[in-house]
Amino acid sequence: MRRLFLRDLTLAIRAGGGFGLSLAFFLIVAVLVPFGVGSDTALLRDIAPGVLWVAALLACLLSLDRIFALDHEDGSLELLATAPLPLEGAVAAKAMAHWVTTGLPLAVAAPLLGVLLNLAPQAFGWLFLSLMIGTPALSLIGAFGGALTVGLRRGGLLLSLLVLPLYIPTLIFGAEVVRRGAAAEPVASVLSLLAAVTLGSAAILPFAAAAVLRVNLK
Amino acid sequence: MLSVRNLTCSRGGLPVLEGLSLSLAAGQALVLRGPNGSGKTTLLRTIAGLQPADAGEIVHDEDTLAYAGHLDGVKAVLSVAENLTFWAGLHGQGSIAAAVADFDLAGLEDRAAQHLSAGQRRRLGLARLAVTGRPLWVLDEPTVSLDTASVARFAAAVGGHLRGGGAVLVATHVDLGFDAETLDVTRFRARSLPAHFGEAF
Repeated sequence: MRRLFLRDLTLAIRAGGGFGLSLAFFLIVAVLVPFGVGSDTALLRDIAPGVLWVAALLACLLSLDRIFALDHEDGSLELLATAPLPLEGAVAAKAMAHWVTTGLPLAVAAPLLGVLLNLAPQAFGWLFLSLMIGTPALSLIGAFGGALTVGLRRGGLLLSLLVLPLYIPTLIFGAEVVRRGAAAEPVASVLSLLAAVTLGSAAILPFAAAAVLRVNLK
Repeated sequence: MLSVRNLTCSRGGLPVLEGLSLSLAAGQALVLRGPNGSGKTTLLRTIAGLQPADAGEIVHDEDTLAYAGHLDGVKAVLSVAENLTFWAGLHGQGSIAAAVADFDLAGLEDRAAQHLSAGQRRRLGLARLAVTGRPLWVLDEPTVSLDTASVARFAAAVGGHLRGGGAVLVATHVDLGFDAETLDVTRFRARSLPAHFGEAF
């Protein structure tokens, strides 16, 4: 599992791997919003949590179809299926690698972009924390969606349609953590719900994705 | 090492082979013959566990089978050595030196797989079999894009694998030049469609 994880990291960082693509997209969306909304700093401050979370979610979506599609194209996926590593473990390793190359950089960069959107200073820490806790769920749900669409040509759009509704709980709880953090309200309950979505995804989706992959490999 | 009894397998919902039995002992090679579309790939994928059998049984020890299909599973941006090391590590094996020598990849280890020729790439894909350390090789058209010398080298590698107690099941159209029994799969072509076929759709 560690080897597959490290290989996926290497592939993401090498030329054409798409590392940084999500981050750049996140940056551009966060920069564009003030242009569209105007320079009303109070308004920006209010919408910043939601905008940052939606931007992070869309940035995450960009690289989802790479999780399995590339391995399917070159035959690696079939070979992985016959390897001693259980397919569930392969899914978990690939989702983890996806998170390290997308979710983690997004979480680290988000406070910087919070400045652009006039996010309340006390919310910066909550933004980082909520993204750290929430984005693994995005990668796991995305891996499940990727497994569903793996055999399809140009399945990227269908993947987005399948996955985005499943992102709603994470989006609601994640943005709410930041909003409450900005308003200096207690965040513990929302934060635990956000963590629950991630943990639930981690517990169930590798198995679901592996089952779907077995069907799709036929 | 491998025993298949009364197997029926299908592709796209249509049975292509039925009543097929074969067995393979250590040190033995079996060549599958048959025209295009006769079900060789379907049979090999079923034996490799990539699709379920409709009927019959396939018996082999767990974690003994290494499959090589039409695609090589080679990552273009990784070097030859990185590709092989990954598969070796995944199968709990250490050294890739023997596989590099057997498949004539010496000197190419540090080259990115995207800069290999089709034949070199194919050799890399086949070298993966050797680094898995698994005894039962299931090969689907392994010699595509190999030149005559490479085919001979591949046959030598298979010969070495057989002498080492391995077994090889291979679908091919060319003469590989090692001692092997031949099974013509056209004898097992499915005649009957299931009774319910066409109703559900």
